Amino acid sequence: MSKVSIQNVGKVFERAASPVPALDNVNLSIEDNEFITLVGASGCGKSTLLRILAGLEYRTSGEVLCDGKSINSPGADRAMVFQHYSLYPWLSVIDNIKFSRQLQVNRENLTSSDVEAASGRADALLNLIGLGKVRNAFPNQLSGGMQQRVAIARSLMGRPSVLLMDEPFGALDSQTREVMHDLILHIHRVEKTTIVFVTHDVEEAVYLGQRVVLMQPRPGRIHSIFPVPLPAQRTQDMKYSTPFRELRAEILARIRESTGITTDLDMLDKLNVQSTAV
Amino acid sequence: MSDTTSPPARPGIWRIAGQLSRRQYWMFAVLGLFLPFAGWALFSASGWVDPVFLPGPLKVFTRLVSWLFEDDLLGDAAISIYRVAAGFVLSAVLALPLGLLIGSFRPVEALLEPLTDFIRYMPAVAFIPLVMLWLGIGESAKISIIFIGTFFQMVLMVAENVRLVPMAQIEAALTMGATRFEMIRLVLAQSARPAILDTLRITMGWAWTYLVVAELVAANSGLGYAILKAQRYLKTDTIFGGIILIGVIGLLMDQGFRWLHRRLYPWAQARG
Repeated sequence: MSKVSIQNVGKVFERAASPVPALDNVNLSIEDNEFITLVGASGCGKSTLLRILAGLEYRTSGEVLCDGKSINSPGADRAMVFQHYSLYPWLSVIDNIKFSRQLQVNRENLTSSDVEAASGRADALLNLIGLGKVRNAFPNQLSGGMQQRVAIARSLMGRPSVLLMDEPFGALDSQTREVMHDLILHIHRVEKTTIVFVTHDVEEAVYLGQRVVLMQPRPGRIHSIFPVPLPAQRTQDMKYSTPFRELRAEILARIRESTGITTDLDMLDKLNVQSTAV
Repeated sequence: MSDTTSPPARPGIWRIAGQLSRRQYWMFAVLGLFLPFAGWALFSASGWVDPVFLPGPLKVFTRLVSWLFEDDLLGDAAISIYRVAAGFVLSAVLALPLGLLIGSFRPVEALLEPLTDFIRYMPAVAFIPLVMLWLGIGESAKISIIFIGTFFQMVLMVAENVRLVPMAQIEAALTMGATRFEMIRLVLAQSARPAILDTLRITMGWAWTYLVVAELVAANSGLGYAILKAQRYLKTDTIFGGIILIGVIGLLMDQGFRWLHRRLYPWAQARG
């Protein structure tokens, strides 16, 4: 049985003027411990699909199953990492990571050894993200990359079935992003998490994903699914390998096709012709 | 080119959105307080206006001293501060939970916010005759005026403070399995605390305004009443002293709230 099963999912946003179809007939199966990336031009519904998985957005048709159970609301089995501003600024790093322990879902039938184990897990996660030194710092004392690392540790605290990531590195500079890529791959190996990762950065999608799901807009739907022909253990130098570059070029070409960018390129070509004529 | 390179020029303080050093800031602040004071002193010393209408700073100061030692300045100030505190605390005790509910639940917002908005625009001062009819001129009347003047504003501002909690903080808690009550207690109320303290600081200023209004018309004690009584006997030095004193107490309370904000919520202060 697959970990997450998305069946004929559709989403229509009810707007005052006219309903806007955001997703149409989306089908996707995600296996246990898989790392799936969703890419596509803006408006393709990739974030909407992720938010439906999280239960933050409701679908207007179809079915979504997680561990065989139908999803209708947010739950601790599907943790999410947001682009930014999701940490609790009044809590220290360690208390942010432990936040979910305060919630009832984690307090039911709790024994003292569970509490101890949880405390140990928070420390283990803190070390996993390499921030043991700033254990008692507050979020406003951390860089953007460090804040996202804490957000990731916090989301893993409750051992979710699926980790949903909505452009988590979109606000970071490219050097920090590379470090984060290798960190999240490491976490994926160590924690054996199933990850669904939304991004608009094709290079990021190919580098991280075992499969890349390409979506296209108007209405949002899956265009194609690309298995990534790279070894499971990724290294930065693979970005210069032929299979990586070919897949990246292929996906970029498909994205251009699916949007109006080709017309923009025609326009640029014309401008070039004109400027050389002058 | 010269051999000695001069240090790079600091951008000027008059640049738009420019920077001031702490010392420069205090220099300007002291100047800003001193200039009107000096203007006042010169103007009253010039003899152009009758000192009955515009007493000099020294006269006002001597009056404040005699008010302190011969009349009951501390008693007047204490009763005024008591009224402000009572009206303000009563407002806050009711406005905080109500604002939290309005900010958390759309139906509560739809139910109460238009109503609150409507009452907010009714001038609190216009309620004075009604309050006097209902409650006389006892302490409850003054406290009621302060309550009417601050409560409705406070509810709306607290609701707005709660609504401004970042969506990502709320959704993160949802995906960690937070219940509705946990969301309010552990996320909304916590996240909005610094903004709510600012709301309290601002409404405290309004509470002072309404206190003086209430004491001017319906009291036989307090700083506002002292000002009114002084008008009857043309004691302008007392009026000036009373006004300045109210300003100073207000300023101190404002600074107290700011200090509390820095002390309680260091995590909410801007970086650097």
